[in-house]
Amino acid sequence: MSRDEVLIIRNLTMTFGGLKALDNINLEVRKGEIVGLIGPNGAGKTTIFNCITGVYKPVDGDIFLHPPVGKARRLNGMAVHKIARLGVARTFQNIRLFSHMTVLENVMVGRHSRGQSGVIGAILRDRKTKEEEEAIVRQSYAILEKVGLNAMVNELAKNLPYGDQRRLEIARALATDPFLLLLDEPAAGMNPMETMGLANLIRGLRDEGNLTILLIEHDMRLVMNLCDRIYVLDYGEKIAEGTPEEVRTNPQVIRAYLGEECYA
Amino acid sequence: MLRRSFFVSLWFSFLTFPIMVIRVNTIEKTVNWRFGNLLLVAVGSFILSLLWQYLFARREKMTKNNSAKYRAILSRFFSGKIRFVVGFAVLLFPFLLSTYHINVLTTALIYVVLGLGLNIIVGLTGLLNLGYVAFYAVGAYLYALLNHHFGFTFWICLPLGGLVSACFGLLLALPVMRLRGDYLAIVTLGFGEMTRLVLENWSDLTYGPSGISGIAPPTFLGITFGIRGTMIYLYFLMVAFCLLAIFLVRRLRDSRIGRAWVAIREDEEASRAMGINTSKAKSIAMMIGAAWAGMMGVVFAAKTTFVNPASFSFLESAMVLSIVVLGGIGSIGGIIIAAFAVILLPEYLRFLSDYRMLAFGCAMVVMMIFRPQGILPYHRRTYEFKEVHR
Repeated sequence: MSRDEVLIIRNLTMTFGGLKALDNINLEVRKGEIVGLIGPNGAGKTTIFNCITGVYKPVDGDIFLHPPVGKARRLNGMAVHKIARLGVARTFQNIRLFSHMTVLENVMVGRHSRGQSGVIGAILRDRKTKEEEEAIVRQSYAILEKVGLNAMVNELAKNLPYGDQRRLEIARALATDPFLLLLDEPAAGMNPMETMGLANLIRGLRDEGNLTILLIEHDMRLVMNLCDRIYVLDYGEKIAEGTPEEVRTNPQVIRAYLGEECYA
Repeated sequence: MLRRSFFVSLWFSFLTFPIMVIRVNTIEKTVNWRFGNLLLVAVGSFILSLLWQYLFARREKMTKNNSAKYRAILSRFFSGKIRFVVGFAVLLFPFLLSTYHINVLTTALIYVVLGLGLNIIVGLTGLLNLGYVAFYAVGAYLYALLNHHFGFTFWICLPLGGLVSACFGLLLALPVMRLRGDYLAIVTLGFGEMTRLVLENWSDLTYGPSGISGIAPPTFLGITFGIRGTMIYLYFLMVAFCLLAIFLVRRLRDSRIGRAWVAIREDEEASRAMGINTSKAKSIAMMIGAAWAGMMGVVFAAKTTFVNPASFSFLESAMVLSIVVLGGIGSIGGIIIAAFAVILLPEYLRFLSDYRMLAFGCAMVVMMIFRPQGILPYHRRTYEFKEVHR
């Protein structure tokens, strides 16, 4: 395992009942890359995310994570919150914000895993707890500034426009201090302007935030523009991988997914 | 609107005609036509229907602004001088009122604390617990038994009751960790009933349905009071408890763990993905909620000096739950008002005799139709930021 690979997936297989959702998937993500994961609906993209983040326990294969500090870890069967604490954050395909909490509180919840204070601290509100709480508020606000949502910190999350909700999900994920960010269709439902802003945001996160990003996306223009490498899935199998150019011209990909009339 | 009400009243007159108007006198074999009743039904249903429609129309018009105004009025009511007046009244009450009224008020205060405790489990964490009364029973029986057999005093049993109840909370939390919503409700319901049945049937330990009597009332540094004195003492004890509970819930709500609870309520999977150990957070919520119920159980046993399983039926759990829901989930002020309403209304509606629970039920239904968000819905805390230009 070379030092700059942060995520290595080997022979990952996942079945639901008799259905093979993932079949022998191999995938690597290197430090500082933006990697795209594409494929038709039901190809198993989100299932890969769920395996990485511990929601599903893979039937077979290995998932290794190589955090910037510390030794490599095998993620199979690890609890979801522990994987999050290792530095893997994600957003969800169907937005899953804490809709009755404010924008700021959503991000503050993201800071949870980096906090220490418990029940006793909350009740006594000693100096350490207070300082931690102030730091959480400050950091959360800074993150919201970064994604451009600082004007509505006190708004309930459910009242935000759709595109802003997507960005809030990213902000919340960032609050967990990840080094690997998994974005599940971040541009879904966004208009072209918002999508462009999102592309800039994601690039900024990689360049300035030292993040490695794995993203699922259906917006081909965004994927081709943004990603360094792309994996293509179909019916749970990897059918292609490579640079956007390679994937774009791969006949198997065109047949399976992109459609003749678009990119042929 | 008038037309609609007219038809409603016509319909009701028609429906109730056979029972309200016709009365067959079987002795004289004649039929009494009580047309006066018909008029009453017609006018009554007409007015009620008008009121109903008016309220619905008003609810439609209720915008965010309106509810903000309503809140402003309430918060003004609860701030400043009014707070002093209320505080003063709370201190004076026991010396002005009869023992009966103090007793009722103390009960209401117990339910305030129970409501606040269940609020942590149901309101904040979103774990629908229908067996909350089990924890209450654990506390009450703990004091009753320890006092009966070993002469343990109230002040030793109070923390002990909280502790043991918290353990029971953990015991219940562990197996139901994976359950949510309806399933959790059923399991907790079962837990509550199980506890009651054990108390009823394990006669060697709990003396069965006849219960345990002669429990020692609380003392103050070894001083015992008369009946009225004890009542007043318990009243002030409960006032202190309420203040403590309010303080604790407020502190917890705006803390790291409090945010984790609300996040779990909102979306468990997402909160796990944010690195929250949901099992731990839920267990803590369950334990804290249970601890409050346990301590209230001890107070209850000391207040009535008698416990039996009948006091811990499902109805009690439902009462506490309705306090939380009526008050507005997660809202402290709402829960206090609702607790007083739920306990005092049936008590002071006794003049309606047989109809009092019916009236109480109607009040609840109407309340839920017109204010589903609760009496005083909780608003999220807001933060102020100075614009930082970089």
